[in-house]
Amino acid sequence: MNSSEQTTPLLEVRHLSKHFGAVQALNDFSMAVRPGEVVALAGDNGAGKTTLIKAISGVFQPTGGEILLRGQPVTFATPQEAREKGIETIYQDLALADNLSIGANIFLGREPMRKAFGFLPVLDRKAMAVAAKQTMGRLDFHVSRLDAPVSNFSGGQRQAVAIGRAVYWDAQILIMDEPTAALGVPEQRKVISLIHQLKAQGRGVIFISHNLQDIFAVSDRIVVLRRGIQAGERRISETNHDEVVKLMVGG
Amino acid sequence: MTSTSPIETHVAPQADHGDPARSWLARIAEGRAWLFLAGLIICFEVWSRLSFGATFVLNPFNVQSIAIFAVAPLLLATGQTFVIISGGIDLSLGFIMGLAAVVAAHATNMAGVAMPVPLAMMLGILAAVIVAGVPGVINGLLISRLRIPPFIGTLGMFGVARGAAFLLAGGTTVPVQNSWFALLGNGRFYGVPYLVIIAAVFVVVMHYILSQTRFGQHNYAIGANVQAARRAGIDIRGHILRLYVLSAMCAGLGGALYAARFTAGAAQAGEPLLLDSVAAVVIGGASLFGGSGTIFGTVAGALVIAVIQYGLVFVNVEPFWQFIAVGLVIIISVLIDQAQRRFSGARQDE
Repeated sequence: MNSSEQTTPLLEVRHLSKHFGAVQALNDFSMAVRPGEVVALAGDNGAGKTTLIKAISGVFQPTGGEILLRGQPVTFATPQEAREKGIETIYQDLALADNLSIGANIFLGREPMRKAFGFLPVLDRKAMAVAAKQTMGRLDFHVSRLDAPVSNFSGGQRQAVAIGRAVYWDAQILIMDEPTAALGVPEQRKVISLIHQLKAQGRGVIFISHNLQDIFAVSDRIVVLRRGIQAGERRISETNHDEVVKLMVGG
Repeated sequence: MTSTSPIETHVAPQADHGDPARSWLARIAEGRAWLFLAGLIICFEVWSRLSFGATFVLNPFNVQSIAIFAVAPLLLATGQTFVIISGGIDLSLGFIMGLAAVVAAHATNMAGVAMPVPLAMMLGILAAVIVAGVPGVINGLLISRLRIPPFIGTLGMFGVARGAAFLLAGGTTVPVQNSWFALLGNGRFYGVPYLVIIAAVFVVVMHYILSQTRFGQHNYAIGANVQAARRAGIDIRGHILRLYVLSAMCAGLGGALYAARFTAGAAQAGEPLLLDSVAAVVIGGASLFGGSGTIFGTVAGALVIAVIQYGLVFVNVEPFWQFIAVGLVIIISVLIDQAQRRFSGARQDE
């Protein structure tokens, strides 16, 4: 066993609860993500996975419990606040502007400017392209035409751009909501290899998937949710598909 | 497997679709409005020479007339370009222009009583642009806060601006008594009409805003994927509000220049220009679904329409053919756009 279990978790949620009116979507839920660790979240539809990640990423406030970032309690009023603290969510439906280049997507909403002719502020496309090339290089994606709109790229490449954006802005915790769901099999493998890279860089990843094969290929631990409660937590090396399915459906 | 090796599932670098031939074709397709314009001018030149033994395009009078003719629709179309790229449409621009023309006339006349002629002119133009901004603010609030679809919200404003313009004009045209204003609309600087100079400067500024600023960049992003833009932290509501104010102010300037050219403000000034403005944007290569388009494409689109309208009159064709010709050009333009998308649509997973 490696020593990562002793280090302070990057992210920890303790006794987190969230209810909508009478509906208890999340009930006394606890988990932790350590640096360089991939934690899979599994559970049937409506088990509370989405509620959990929305609470962590600042989309809404938990009703009870706390979130700790490197041991410090935090609260996020908006997703922007969570992002500024290094928590980035990557959505399955590819949150990219397809008509813009990789660089423009990485910098969307935070575009660098430069002064043309010494006075006129203009978009610094060159800086964006350079950053795009470097970032994608770190993820082992090499693209020659940096001015091409991302619609020219395949689904896996575009998923890589979304991950690249998180990496460029130095997200320490990446929440990936079904990152492989919209992709073909070879593309899924690419995304899995990207997650390995993130792990090697010491980032924490929360990986949500319906695909147990993907979960077993990439995760260190798996946390199973069932009707808003933590139904079990297993080291990937110490469990198997059958046990996880049993935990999910409640055997 | 607590420490999975990253090499295990290492994937070879992906080649992108940077095929030079395709990008060359794409470039032609992007500039198709200019090619179209060139072809159109050649057609009229041949037609004119064969029928009358006279030149069409080499006659400076024709060039000047077409340029002046294109100014007002172009101003409307520049604002419309921004809106269409964002995935919206602004149907109220025509009557905002009429409203602005009437306001320009009234304001110049009123200011002229109390102050020097040039100052009165400037106040008149300023008043027109600012008053035009009011329906723009309302459009923006309706669309961004109350989530009314742009088509409906601006259609409502189309009616409101129309009524306000006619009420303000007292149901007639309002003549302008201001010598500078008349000069602005009809004078020339080294043979180039002031109106054309103003429009050219305006177009360059708008091109800068669209292609070189965050506002322009966000406009493209919102048009392509508003969800992505929102997640990236862009203030969508603020952007939409500014967007419709911008397009309304473009129409406001168009109205002021109209009043200068005809030395009168008329509520119906922009009525026929609204659809021309949409047509110019579409001929210029923008997609009505949002996310694409350029200011210079729109310039070509506006010139295509102006050349068709003026050219057909020049070669003595019944004026009603203009509508048919412009209509056909719009349809052909959209067909080319779709074909080009299909051809260069390199997206692999759909």
